[in-house]
Amino acid sequence: MGNILSLTTFIPMLGAVILALFLRGDDVAAQTNAKWVALVTTVVTFICSIFILANFDPANTGFQMVESRPWLLGLQYKMGVDGISILFVMLTTFLMPLVIAACWNVTTRVKEYMIAFLVLETLMLGVFLALDLVLFYLFFEAGLIPMFLIIGIWGGKNRIYASFKFFLYTFLGSVLMLVAMVAMFADAGTTDIPTLMTHSFGTENFSVLGIQIVGGMQTLLWLAFFASFAVKLPMWPVHTWLPDAHVQAPTAGSVVLASIMLKMGGYGLLRFSLPMFPVGSEVMGPLVLWMSAIAIVYTSFVALVQEDMKKLIAYSSVAHMGYVTMGIFAVNQQGIDGAIFQMISHGFIAGALFLCVGVIYDRMHTREIDAYGGLVNRMPAYALIFMFFTMANVGLPGTSGFVGEFLTLVGIFQVNTWVAVVATSGVILSASYALWLYRRVVLGDLIKESLKTIKDMSGREKLIFAPLVAMTLILGVYPALVLDIIGPSVTALVGNYDTALATFDAATQFASQ
Amino acid sequence: MIASDIQIVMPEILLAVYAMLALLGAVYTTKDGAASLLTWVTSGLFVLLALWIGVNGQGTQQAFDGMFVDDGFARFAKVTVLLSAAAVLLMSESYLKRRGLLRFEYPVLVALAVVGMMVMVSAGDLMALYMGLELQSLALYVVASLRRDSVKSTEAGLKYFVLGALSSGLLLYGASLTYGFAGTTLFSGIIDATANDPSLGLLFGLVFLIAGIAFKVSAAPFHMWTPDVYEGSPTPVTAFFATAPKVAAIALFARVVHDAFGGIVGDWQQIVAFLSVASMFLGAIAAIGQRDIKRLMAYSSIAHMGFALMGLAAGTAFGVQAMLIYMAIYVTMNVGTFAFILGMERDGVPVTNIDSLRQYSKRQPLSALAMLVLLFSLAGVPPMVGFFGKFYVLRAAYDGGLAWLAVAGVVASVIGAFYYLRVVYYMYFGQEGLGLDGKLNPVLWTFLMGSALIMVVGVVNLFGIEPLAAAAAATLVN
Repeated sequence: MGNILSLTTFIPMLGAVILALFLRGDDVAAQTNAKWVALVTTVVTFICSIFILANFDPANTGFQMVESRPWLLGLQYKMGVDGISILFVMLTTFLMPLVIAACWNVTTRVKEYMIAFLVLETLMLGVFLALDLVLFYLFFEAGLIPMFLIIGIWGGKNRIYASFKFFLYTFLGSVLMLVAMVAMFADAGTTDIPTLMTHSFGTENFSVLGIQIVGGMQTLLWLAFFASFAVKLPMWPVHTWLPDAHVQAPTAGSVVLASIMLKMGGYGLLRFSLPMFPVGSEVMGPLVLWMSAIAIVYTSFVALVQEDMKKLIAYSSVAHMGYVTMGIFAVNQQGIDGAIFQMISHGFIAGALFLCVGVIYDRMHTREIDAYGGLVNRMPAYALIFMFFTMANVGLPGTSGFVGEFLTLVGIFQVNTWVAVVATSGVILSASYALWLYRRVVLGDLIKESLKTIKDMSGREKLIFAPLVAMTLILGVYPALVLDIIGPSVTALVGNYDTALATFDAATQFASQ
Repeated sequence: MIASDIQIVMPEILLAVYAMLALLGAVYTTKDGAASLLTWVTSGLFVLLALWIGVNGQGTQQAFDGMFVDDGFARFAKVTVLLSAAAVLLMSESYLKRRGLLRFEYPVLVALAVVGMMVMVSAGDLMALYMGLELQSLALYVVASLRRDSVKSTEAGLKYFVLGALSSGLLLYGASLTYGFAGTTLFSGIIDATANDPSLGLLFGLVFLIAGIAFKVSAAPFHMWTPDVYEGSPTPVTAFFATAPKVAAIALFARVVHDAFGGIVGDWQQIVAFLSVASMFLGAIAAIGQRDIKRLMAYSSIAHMGFALMGLAAGTAFGVQAMLIYMAIYVTMNVGTFAFILGMERDGVPVTNIDSLRQYSKRQPLSALAMLVLLFSLAGVPPMVGFFGKFYVLRAAYDGGLAWLAVAGVVASVIGAFYYLRVVYYMYFGQEGLGLDGKLNPVLWTFLMGSALIMVVGVVNLFGIEPLAAAAAATLVN
């Protein structure tokens, strides 16, 4: 079992290759076969990832199950997992079978669709498991290609614009990170992530084009990484690609995008920005906190006025990611615990909400809120599930949404009360847009002619939601399930951060005396 | 003495003799009837020579008192040139034949051009440099106007000739200035002359030399001929222009700045950095408006030359290594891409408009997938090998103290990604339109698939070219 991480990562790729090479034809039978192959592959991947979780020792804050091989140019092929990444891996493998099941109704180019998702799963797992800068970048960037195709080929009316915007926006964000990686490689002489975490990058102030850079090289590197992760996350004001991409993407694509791909940004901040550039984080931290607070309030307001359900949920995602960045840059146990928890829980909730939209979109082929109303009369099961996830999205105690928001707010309150105050208002705003959406779509009388024959959810659809409901509830009432796993690693992260800052402060004080 | 000299230049002599014999033979026998055979034989000869040079060559040897240098760097460049020329010849045979363009002069001229390129990359003297360059250029002028009855092709040849002559003039002027101030045309002599405080005249010579070579590399602002020549020439010739001559010219560039002016890196570094940044942005931005895939590839090659020059601008051995790796990858990508472009036809007539690719993926899923891989590789998106080329040059530029150039480069690569994506868009997302004919012919198909496969599989270890390029770079820069 020495290479379980690689195994888990590349099983989906193997499935994709099998599909590409051995599946011929485009008739109904071939399409069903393609779906089954994809489903089986993702389930096998999930089972493998359970072995990772079983072997994982939460008390060990270092990287576990590490595998390493030399690669080009002194780079390494190095994979490993720690308390911060393990749950993202589990989230990915857990959601992918559901995603595949959710696209059972697709009939155009099914084989390619399945291949795209399988390749995407490999790349997403790689992002969370890579322990080499360039390997990370490879997976991080490569994920754009299948997503670009998913949006562009299977997306809605305006998919071309959305796919290009998605690709170019995120590409621009990440190439700056590439330059920063080159700089780190040159500075530290290695791209090994654990080594880089202990390497202290220069903090000497210097000026670029007459602008004084406080925190020196660390701040510049931090900014380059932040450019990439902020776009990916996405953070206000660089979030504008997300609503477009979400609206145009097919349901399954939206789910992957919201539930997993956005988390790469948050994961990146935790993996790189905080441990490698503590001084840069400290210098830029307050700015991020305020940007997060603005994001929460602003995007919640924007969500209020949306006419399109997916767009509304997309903006709500941006608002929820605001809690994540806020928690991360609070840099204390509660804040980061909360940020990770929020990301995991948002993975379930946002995914489920997009699936909810998908359910009625499959029936009515519109996402306009105005086209619906009174669905509860004909779709009671749907109304119940949608209700549940709306409440979870609002952060009702008892659902996982509450724990994440609460922890991040506790974390931020200790650091910056004003930001906490502004951010807390987001809780009320999220209740207003989410409940209003629910009222307009589900409640009321069923007066629209077109809705009179709508059918309730099928067994397959209920089956897809069941695990999501279960996870949201379990994490809501027993958050220790997550916190016990991430806790020690987060403690170590915060400890290292504080030590690095203390050293820096001592050095600057010494210098100023 | 002379025997050992000849021993060193044996590959070039062989190829030149072969070209002339082939010319005579064809003239006195069946003329164009032998063209197909000649193409295959020439291509085979290129591969054999590449093997011979690659396997047999060792150490650094000089012939004719240093006028001709055979070192690891030259061999790396020669092998790349020979293999890419062989690939392009193989791909062009059926295309030209079906259009009645396959004249026996074509393989002969390509062979002569390759001799010129081999001399260029081995030049140790300004005279040898110029002879190689002119031999290459004259052969290329002729093949550019291979389609004699087409106005565009003739225009391409003429334009190429006039601008090429201008660039040769600049180069010669630079050479004469250099000779005048250094007192020698040997690179080893020039580098001594620059050792202590080079005179202004020598710097002028350097600038003109660089301008002349930049024409051949098609680096902005000396790129003007590229789009027109690429568009006007028959597609196989365009494929040839985009591959072997580019490698030779950029290798020559490296040879001149390092062998002759390696002592004053700071003086040419800024010029090369400017050429690099200008080419990257011009290539990226100007290609956006193009609808003709050959013109698009022309701008794409300008941008790629910008990236290769970024490695050179670093002024270090690692920079040269990065440049060599970049060029090897670039050539491989272009061979595949042009294999695809050569296969683009409707009712047997070649089409070059990218609109014609609408929904290509539905009809030819595998070819479309291969082209997709190549396009993302050209754009430098990981995990395709094209990314590693960019990574190497970025690293080289950063190490060489040119962090700004690295930042400019990645920004340009994002802009450039747009037009590659647009081709993907036509192939995968576009509306149905008038399609292209069915399958590619087997040769083209093999090259397309092979090149795409290399772009994906190469991620494992780049097929081991890294140490080879490092060794090659080490012989040039010391």
